[in-house]
Amino acid sequence: MPKYEVDEAKLRQLEEYIDSLSNKEGALIPVLYKAQEIFGYLPKDVQLFIARKLGIFAAKVYGVTTFYSYFTMQPRGKHVINICMGTACFVKGADKILEEIKKELDIKEGNMSKDGMFSVDTLRCVGACGLAPVVMVDGKVYGRVKVEDVKGILDEYRKREG
Amino acid sequence: MINSIEKLKEILVCGGTGCQASESNRVFEVLKEEVKAENLDKQVKVIMTGCFGFCEKGPIVKVMPDNVFYVEVDEASARKIVKEHVLKGRIVEEKIYKDPKTLEKIPEQSSIPFYKKQIRIALRNCGKIDPENINEYIASDGYMALAKVLKEMAPEEVIDIVKRSGLRGRGGGGFPTGLKWEATRKSKGDVKYVICNADEGDPGAFMDRSILEGDPHSVLEGMAIAGYAIGAKQGYIYVRAEYPLAIHRLKIAISQARQRGFLGENILGTDFSFDVDLKIGAGAFICGEETALINSIEGGRGEPTVKPPYPAQVGLWKKPTNINNVETFANIPPIILNGPDWFSSIGTEKSKGTKVFALAGKVNNVGLVEVPMGITLREIIYDLGGGIKGGKKFKAVQTGGPSGGCIPYEYLDTPIDYDNLNALGSMMGSGGMIVMDENDCMVNIAKFYLEFSCDESCGRCTACRIGNKRMLEILNKITEGKGEMEDLETLRELAETIKDSSLCGLGQTSPNPVLSTMKFFYDEYVAHVKDKTCPAGVCTALLKYYIIPEKCVGCTACAKVCPVNVIHGEPRKVHVIDREGCIKCGECFRTCRFGAITRK
Repeated sequence: MPKYEVDEAKLRQLEEYIDSLSNKEGALIPVLYKAQEIFGYLPKDVQLFIARKLGIFAAKVYGVTTFYSYFTMQPRGKHVINICMGTACFVKGADKILEEIKKELDIKEGNMSKDGMFSVDTLRCVGACGLAPVVMVDGKVYGRVKVEDVKGILDEYRKREG
Repeated sequence: MINSIEKLKEILVCGGTGCQASESNRVFEVLKEEVKAENLDKQVKVIMTGCFGFCEKGPIVKVMPDNVFYVEVDEASARKIVKEHVLKGRIVEEKIYKDPKTLEKIPEQSSIPFYKKQIRIALRNCGKIDPENINEYIASDGYMALAKVLKEMAPEEVIDIVKRSGLRGRGGGGFPTGLKWEATRKSKGDVKYVICNADEGDPGAFMDRSILEGDPHSVLEGMAIAGYAIGAKQGYIYVRAEYPLAIHRLKIAISQARQRGFLGENILGTDFSFDVDLKIGAGAFICGEETALINSIEGGRGEPTVKPPYPAQVGLWKKPTNINNVETFANIPPIILNGPDWFSSIGTEKSKGTKVFALAGKVNNVGLVEVPMGITLREIIYDLGGGIKGGKKFKAVQTGGPSGGCIPYEYLDTPIDYDNLNALGSMMGSGGMIVMDENDCMVNIAKFYLEFSCDESCGRCTACRIGNKRMLEILNKITEGKGEMEDLETLRELAETIKDSSLCGLGQTSPNPVLSTMKFFYDEYVAHVKDKTCPAGVCTALLKYYIIPEKCVGCTACAKVCPVNVIHGEPRKVHVIDREGCIKCGECFRTCRFGAITRK
C-alpha cells in the first residue's frame, strides 16, 4: 500500500467505511462526506486514497471535491462560524456582520484565525429568514445578530476553551 | 370558549428551523415538564409540529381544541400557558397575536390577517401534526390517496387525473406535471426512477424545507403515486446538506413508512413495490437543475447536460426518470383524493391551485404563506405581510431568486401566476419573495444576485462563466462610481448574449436581476453613473459624509477615529470633514454619539 501522509488510524476508519458499502457506484459523494467528517477537511493524500480505493481517477475525486462548496481542502478551525448570505440576510446587513467577525478575529486572508480556534465561512440561506441576519456557530443558530453582538458570541466559545 | 380540562387537550409547538432557532425546543421541554408537574400527562399531549409559517412571531404555540394561537412564547409564558390556560381555562392574554393596525387581540389562527387569505394544500398538515409520527399523518387521510390509486386506478388514469388538475411544476419551470409523468411512462425500459428535487437553493426561500420538516410523508406518498403512474420501483430524494432537520425527519418518515408497508415490497398487498432513499447534496446551487442533479446523484460534478434527451427519456443511470420538486409531490395526494376539478377550480386559467411563498426581507410578517394563484402581490405584501417594516416606503419585490427579477410598485396589482410573472421579466421560481424598501439600492441588489450566479456557475458554458463575470465587473465599476454611460449598453448586450447561449436554466436566467432592475429602475443606474450618487445611500464609495453644524458639540471623537485625519476642528467647536482625502470608511459616522454626521 502506498504511503499517505495523514493519520493512519483515521485512514483505517475511512477504509472500513468504504469497505462496508454494498454498492460503490455513485458512492463518491457520500465517501467524501465521511472523509471530511473524519479528517475535518480533504487533503490531497486523502483524495488519492479514495480514488485508488474506489478505482476511479484522482482527477475525478479532485473535480468533485472542488465542485461542491461543502467540501474543503483547507483545515478548519475548532469552531466553524457560518454567516448566512441569503438574500433576506443580505438586505438586513449580513455583510457587515461578516466584516465585524473578520475584524474581531483579525482574519485578513484565508478564513481561519491564527490560533486555529475559529474558521469563518459564508453559506447560502439556511432558511431561517424570519431571523435575518443569521450566524451559525457549529450548527447553533444565532438570529437577528447585530454588529455589537459579535464579540459576545465569539466570547462564548473563547470562554469555553478557557 | 375554552373547554374544561376533562377533555383531551393538545399543545402544539412549532418545531420548524426558524422557531427552533428562537428556542422552541426549550419551550417544548418546559411545556412537557409543566404538564408532568401538574399531573396532566393523561389529559394533555405536547406535540412538536412542523412549521406554522408565521416565523416573524415565533416560537408559535397553539392549544387545541380551544384553537388559541400564542406567539413569541418563551419559557415563562410556556409555564403560564399550562398553569393558566390549561388548568384554569384562562387565556394568556399577553401572548395572543395583536393586530398592529387595529390593536385587536386575535386568539384564533384563521382570523389573523397573515392567515386569512391562505389556502393550505401543500402545507395542509404543517403545524397540525407531529411529523415524526406516521400515525398522525394517517389520521389526516395520509396514504389514503396511495391506497385509492393502487386499488382502484390504472396508471394511465392517475396520469389523466394529474393532467386534468392542471398542476404545473412548483420548482420554478412550471412544466405541466401530468405531461412529464406521461412522457416518462411512455419511455421504453423496465427500470425507471422517480426523483424528488429537494435541493432548494434560492437564497431567501424555505418552502420545501418547511414541507419536508412539517409533513415528510406527504412527499413520500406523492412519490409512491408517481412511481405507480410511471412504472418505477425506486425513488430518490435529493436534499440539501444545509437542511439537517429536514434530513432527520425524512429518515424517520422513510423508516416508519417501510415498517407500515407504505414503502417496500408489495405495498398494501398489491404487486406494486416502491422504495425511497435519500441522497444528500453538497452545496451547489446548480444541482437544482435536473440534469445536473442526476449527475450529482451518480457521484460526479453537478454539471448540466444538453436537453434533449430529457430525463424522461435518458435520466439517472441512463434510465427514464421523472423529477418533480417537493411542493409538487405534496400536492398530489389531495388532488387524487379530492379530484382534478376541485384543484383546477382554484387559481387562474393557466396556473391552477396554490403556491407557497417564502415572504422575507423588509416586510412586517416574515414567514411562509400558501395562497391561491391569481392573488396579487399587493395582497401578499400588505394584507398577509402586514406592509413594510418600520413604515418605510416599498420599492420592489423580488421573485424567482437569482433567476428572477425585481417588480416595482406600479405592478403590485398584478395577479400572480407563471405567465404574468414571466411577462414582467421575473418568474415564479420556487417561491422566494423578498420585499425591498427605499433603503435598498437596486444596482447593489442586482450585483448581489449576479455575484451569486458567478459563484454558482458550473463553468461549462463560456457565456455564463465569462459573461457573468464581465457583467459583475461592470456593476462593481458602477457602484464604485467609475461607471460610464456606455457601460449600461454593454451590460444589456452581455445579458442578451448570456441568455441566448447558455445551456441550462441557470445561465439562461442569470442576467434577469440585472435586466429587470435596468428596466424598472434605470434612473438609479443613471444616478450611479452620471451623478455619482447612490439614491438609497448604500454604495459606500458614492457616499459623502457631512457634519451637521447644529448637532456637532465638538467632542473630537470623530477626529480621533478618522484613520486619514481629514476631520478638523478645535475642541468644543464645530468640526468639518475635508472630503478631499476622505476614504469613506464610515468610522466617524459610527462613532458620533450626537447624530451629527450624515451621509448622502
